[in-house]
Amino acid sequence: MVCQFCKLKEATVHVTEIADNKVKKVDACAACAKDKNYNDPAAFAIADHLLGLGAAQKMEEASEAVGALSCDQCGYTQADFKKSGRLGCAHCYGIFSDGLDSVLKTMHKDIRHRGKVPAGMKSAFEGAHRLQGLNRDLQVAIAQEDFESAARLRDEIKAFKASE
Amino acid sequence: MSVIDFLVPASEACLRSGPHDKIVLSSRVRLARNLRTVPFPSHSKKAERIKAFETLMPEVKSLTLLGPEIFAESMDKLPALDKQVLVERHLISREHAAKNAGSGIVLNREENVCVMVNEEDHLRIQALRPGLQLRQAWMAIDAVDTALQEKVEFAFSERYGFLTACPTNLGTGIRVSAMLHLPGLVLAEQINQIIQAVNKLGLAVRGLYGEGTEALGNVFQVSNQMTLGEPENDIVERINKVLLQIIEHEENARLSQMEKKPAVLLNHIGRAYGVLGNSWSISSKEAMNLISFLRLGVDLGVFGKTPKSLTDELFLRSQPAHLQLAHPLREKLGSDERDLFRAQMLRERTSLIPSPDPQALLGRRDEGSPE
Repeated sequence: MVCQFCKLKEATVHVTEIADNKVKKVDACAACAKDKNYNDPAAFAIADHLLGLGAAQKMEEASEAVGALSCDQCGYTQADFKKSGRLGCAHCYGIFSDGLDSVLKTMHKDIRHRGKVPAGMKSAFEGAHRLQGLNRDLQVAIAQEDFESAARLRDEIKAFKASE
Repeated sequence: MSVIDFLVPASEACLRSGPHDKIVLSSRVRLARNLRTVPFPSHSKKAERIKAFETLMPEVKSLTLLGPEIFAESMDKLPALDKQVLVERHLISREHAAKNAGSGIVLNREENVCVMVNEEDHLRIQALRPGLQLRQAWMAIDAVDTALQEKVEFAFSERYGFLTACPTNLGTGIRVSAMLHLPGLVLAEQINQIIQAVNKLGLAVRGLYGEGTEALGNVFQVSNQMTLGEPENDIVERINKVLLQIIEHEENARLSQMEKKPAVLLNHIGRAYGVLGNSWSISSKEAMNLISFLRLGVDLGVFGKTPKSLTDELFLRSQPAHLQLAHPLREKLGSDERDLFRAQMLRERTSLIPSPDPQALLGRRDEGSPE
C-alpha cells in the first residue's frame, strides 16, 4: 500500500478513527505521518487533518466531475481548488457550486445557511427558506404516505405562493 | 504608542475573572467576513489586499462600539516581539503574526474585542471574555458585525450564508471556543474519553494555541467545527451545554482524586511547588505542566489565600515573548538563556506562595468521616 499523501513511499502508519459513525482511515509513510502528526498520540489535530483530508478528496472528485472550470472573476481554477481546499473569491461559490455541495455535506450540519442574514436581504431570504422547508416536509409526507399532512402542506404552499 | 504599552501588564490581565473560571480560562467567539468584490486574501494580489486593507481599517477603527481608545496598526509596523506577545495573549492567531503589509489589527481598550484584517479572510472579528461567557461574547461580536454591515457590503449568498475563503467556515462564519484547564481529567486518565465524546458531537479539541498545537499545561481548547446549516444561537448553546458537562466531569474527577488518592494529588502539587521554587533552568513545556498543578493546588485551597491570578500570571510570563519583555535588556534571548531567566522569574514568584498545606486536602476528607 502506498502513502496516500506523497503516493510514493510505502505506507507504514495506519490510523483508523470513528467519528459521526463513519470510519475514516489514514495510510501514510513515516515521513508524511510525522509531517502531519499522525504518529503522535497526543496530537489533537488528528480530527482536523482527517476532516481536511476528507474534504480534499471530495474536492478532487467534485472538481473532476465539473471539469476544467475556472472563476471568471478571480481566475481561480480547479487545480487551485484541489491544492488549497479553499476558494478564491465570493464569485467562486457560484462557479463551483455543483461540486461544492458534496464537499459541504461532509463538513457541515446542512448545506443551507440558517444563521444571521444581513438586514437588507432579510425578507427575500426568509421567504425562500420557508418555501424550501415546506416543500421538503411535503416530500417527506408523501414518502411516508401521510396524505393528510401532505394535503395540508400543499395548501400551505399554495397560500404562501399566493401571498408572495 | 506600541502595542506593548497599550496592553495592560500580565499581572493585571490575569486579574480578570468570570463564571466557572477555576476551569474555564476564557471564552471566545469569532466571525469570518469578506468583502463582496475583492478576492479572498489567500488568493488576492498584493494590490487587492492593500485595497481591502484600506477599505476596512478606517471602518473598523471608527466603530463607536470599540470606544474612543483603540490600538490599530498594520502588521508590517509591528516588531516580531510585539506580534508574539499578541499571540501569547490569544489576541491574534499564529498565522496572523506571520503577516506583513496589507494585514492589520484593531484592538479595543478592554482587550475584549480584537479584529484581524486580512488573515485568511478579509475580516476575523472576535470577542473574548474571561471564564465561561460564550453568550456574552456572541452578543458582543454580533453587535460589532451588525454595525460593520451598515458600512461595508459583505460577501453573502442566500444559499451559503457568509462566504469565506475556506468552506469549513462557510455560512455563519462562527467559531465558538473556550479554553479549559483540565488537570483532574488528565490525572484520572479520563481525558481521552472526554475528547472522543466531544469529537462525536462535532466539536474539536485542540491544544493551547489552537489548530495543530499540543495541550501544554493541561489546557485544552474546545470549539465548533460546523458553521453551516444551523443558527449561531444553536451553536453557542450546544457548546455551552457541552462545556457545563465537561466542567462537571472535571469537578468530579478532582473530588474523586481527593477522596481516593489524596497522596497522589499532594505529590504532584508539592513537587510542582518544589521544582518551580528551586530550579535554575526550566523549559516552557516543563514550566507550564508544573504551573498547571500549582493552579490546581490553589483551586483546592492547598496554598492558603494565594489567588489563582498569580499562577495564571506565571503561566503567561513563562511564554517566550513575555519573558523577553521582562528581561532588563529586552534583547533576543537564546533558548538556553530563556530557560535560565524563566527559572529565575519562577523562583522569585513562587517564593511569594506559602508552602503547600496538606491539611487542606486531608482535613477536608476527615470532616466527612464518622470519627
